Amino acid sequence: MLISLTLRVNGASETLDAPANELLIDLLRGRLNLTGTKEACEVGECGSCTVLLDGAAVRSCLLFAFDAAGKEITTIEGLAVDGRLHPLQEAFMELGAVQCGFCIPGMILAAKALLDVQPRPTLAEIKQHLAGNLCRCTGYAKIVAAVQHAARRLAAATRPEAGAAAP
Amino acid sequence: MPTPLAVVGTSVVKVDAAEKVSGRSRYFDDVPHRDALVGKVLWSRQPHARLVNIERSRALRVPGVKAIVIGADLPDGLMGPFIKDEPILAKGVTRFVGEPLALVAACSDEAAAEALQLIEVEYEELPAVFTAEDALRPGAPLLHPDLASYVKIYEAVQEGNVCSHTTFAEGDLDAGFAEADEVFEDTFTTQRVHQTYLERSGAVVEVDAGGRLVVWSNTQSVHLTQIRIAEALLIPQSKIHVINSRVGGGFGGRMEPTVQPMAAALALKCGKKVKLYLSRDEEFTFGKPRHSSRIDIKTGVKRDGRLTAKQVRLIYNTGAYADDGPGIAGFGAMMARGPYNIPHVRIDAYCVYTNLPKSGAFRGFGNPQATFASESQLDLIAERLRLDPIELRLRNAVQTGDTALGGQRYTSVGLRRCFEQAAARAGWRRVSASSSPTKRRGMGVAAMHHISGLLSAGAFVKINEDGTVGLVAGAVDIGQGCETVLTQIAAEELGVPMSDIHYAAIDSDTAPFNWGTAGSRTTFTVGNAVRLAAGDARRQLLALAAKTLEVSPDDLETVDRTVRVKGSPQRALSYRDLGAISHWVSGGPILAKGSFIVDGPGFDPKRAVLRGFPFGPLTAYIFGVHVVEVEVDVETGEVKVLKAAAAHDVGRAINPTVVEGQIEGGFAQGLGYALFEELCTEGGQTLNPSFIDYKIPSILDVPEEMTAIIVEEEDPHGPFGAKGVGEPGLVATAAAIANAVSHALGVRLRDLPLTPERVLAALEAKQGTLSPPRAP
Repeated sequence: MLISLTLRVNGASETLDAPANELLIDLLRGRLNLTGTKEACEVGECGSCTVLLDGAAVRSCLLFAFDAAGKEITTIEGLAVDGRLHPLQEAFMELGAVQCGFCIPGMILAAKALLDVQPRPTLAEIKQHLAGNLCRCTGYAKIVAAVQHAARRLAAATRPEAGAAAP
Repeated sequence: MPTPLAVVGTSVVKVDAAEKVSGRSRYFDDVPHRDALVGKVLWSRQPHARLVNIERSRALRVPGVKAIVIGADLPDGLMGPFIKDEPILAKGVTRFVGEPLALVAACSDEAAAEALQLIEVEYEELPAVFTAEDALRPGAPLLHPDLASYVKIYEAVQEGNVCSHTTFAEGDLDAGFAEADEVFEDTFTTQRVHQTYLERSGAVVEVDAGGRLVVWSNTQSVHLTQIRIAEALLIPQSKIHVINSRVGGGFGGRMEPTVQPMAAALALKCGKKVKLYLSRDEEFTFGKPRHSSRIDIKTGVKRDGRLTAKQVRLIYNTGAYADDGPGIAGFGAMMARGPYNIPHVRIDAYCVYTNLPKSGAFRGFGNPQATFASESQLDLIAERLRLDPIELRLRNAVQTGDTALGGQRYTSVGLRRCFEQAAARAGWRRVSASSSPTKRRGMGVAAMHHISGLLSAGAFVKINEDGTVGLVAGAVDIGQGCETVLTQIAAEELGVPMSDIHYAAIDSDTAPFNWGTAGSRTTFTVGNAVRLAAGDARRQLLALAAKTLEVSPDDLETVDRTVRVKGSPQRALSYRDLGAISHWVSGGPILAKGSFIVDGPGFDPKRAVLRGFPFGPLTAYIFGVHVVEVEVDVETGEVKVLKAAAAHDVGRAINPTVVEGQIEGGFAQGLGYALFEELCTEGGQTLNPSFIDYKIPSILDVPEEMTAIIVEEEDPHGPFGAKGVGEPGLVATAAAIANAVSHALGVRLRDLPLTPERVLAALEAKQGTLSPPRAP
């Protein structure tokens, strides 16, 4: 059975017909050609398919597309602003946190969900938050370093306002 | 200290990093082939059975089904890297649960799935064997009665279910043991573990207008995929065109083809484009895990710690087909002496067929098993001799100029520096301690060696009309960073910025042969080919400039992409000028090439007996030492790795950050191997084919303090002194962790993985032996 869905993806509105049981990942990859979202384990264990739903990290391989209707969906393709990469993307590049890259879109989005609510996370918070995103290549050391680096860079970018507000 | 260079030795950002962080990389399933039929596989449910009949008439009637292929439809070609023993689809007999029996091509997923249900397979069960021990018994069911008739690429020593027996022997073993003050005999076992690359394997194949097979897939070697399809389907290699996508990890599992030969067979049958993409459970059951092993070691040692003799028997369970098994067992034999001088040695490695799914290449290629056993036993020796484990190892450690097993000379050995730096960084001490009433801490060390030069590779460099550069090397980047590293080598040799060079996508029609991204060989072996090609291009640029400027090439110098006359810098031609001149005026387009093969020096037949070894010379030895600290919960048996220092001699690090990433990633995989990963089977059936039941290390499992240490002992034959580092990060890890656990508990664990059950059982056994005998 096809149902009509209206989704907001990376800031744009998309209306399309899809089977009622279509998974969000299949809709994103198959209908919207947003292939940056990856499917690896198929059972919600690896985090490669992570996208943001109203800012929270969710597994798009476990969600029906209609569950995302009316919510703001962010995929890796929506992270750069005016062609400029997000500080997390830059940090992952610069600190060598990318090897095969298959887990990286999900990893970066999961990290963004953390930094958006906790701009100065502790090491334990970073590890806890990324525990559901598996990487087989890097051993995670440079991923942790990249998230910490991006957090510092984001904090530095917002500091001038804080300074201006100080007495 | 290495001389500073322009690009080599700097941690430039990887050339593929931007596309990967922005989600724009095209992995296998990211390229839509909407016109492709859906391919699916019918997998055997029997571990060993005669295939009496495969009935497909009902399945063929499912609407949308376009073709069904069974083994009987295919030519009689058999494939395999060392022994040609494997058909694309089982023919007459099936040898493991999960062996492909039939292929379906259909218009939809649903139709293909329905057809699979309707194919009727009539089996006649045959006796099956699952352990190497059972397969070696006299009278055991034979997996391959026709073994002797199979094509082999080397002088294989075979008998019964032993598809390959490799022997290395040197010196006089009896004399060596007679000379020893103490002799140690121990047995160790290791389990099957899966590569678990995150991207699943797939292939799209179509027969093009000229009748050639075009194969799009994710492989570690387009050339091996081309060769295997050719030998299985009995068609010339020139009729097969293999194109690679980005590859989401490999770790050896995609060195040999995965689904490409099946997709090719299906596409030929139906004449249409077909796509075959494995599900995760298929990946686990059809994939090629690391060989399980049983290793018996006998070592003789003098009281002062000098090793006098070592005899090792390695038994590797390769499953139903040899695949890379003969190479893996043979390489395990070559590595089993360890990086130590021992005058009297005999190693026998047996690669044994069983009715398990086939095993294959996985980072380390037979070395992690041998290293786990050898390095575990060295700690037992140190304990008995009351020597510090590092001291014992250093008393025997090889140095530059010493001789490897088989008689090759080590040309660069940074082993001692690895010991010193790993020990210092981890704060090496031999005091185990209780960190709480229920937790004990201990430290462990393990060393390893490996090789990084093997087989052949070619590279082309072309100078474009505007002076920019095309580099075609055929080496697939599976995440380890070879596109970046090889571009750095070419940039250094040519004297151009990396941004002037484009590393070509991998395509068997254009790329020169490369055996594959495997064996820690890309930086050394392909790097040498790239450096030769870039050097050739530079010479051609100079020659063209000399001709155009009417001077001798000896009077020219190259500065910042410009060739100029020494002493008259105004007489100059830029690379851009030369590119244009070559294309339009004189000389013709500049095409440069480099071909490299590791062909010597080989093993020394006067010094060593070497039988049944499936490789030619292997070279460019690399070394590493891991030191770890663990905490063991004596109530739950759980092991936590707290700290790790991993020092690796890589020759020269072309890109230090990339090298660190290899070490850190290898360590994490080694941690999973040591503590919890195991692909389990019962009656040949894989029991845990999913991420729910097969756990790989998460960010919570890796040590909080992980230090990758780069030791640079330049090799005279490496490009800019570089060797390799792809596999070593994993090789010593399990041994180091096992040694630390044993140190913490005062009891030896000899079987991987070190699960909580095994830890608790070892503790109980220890308490049993320590408790005083009860009064009657």
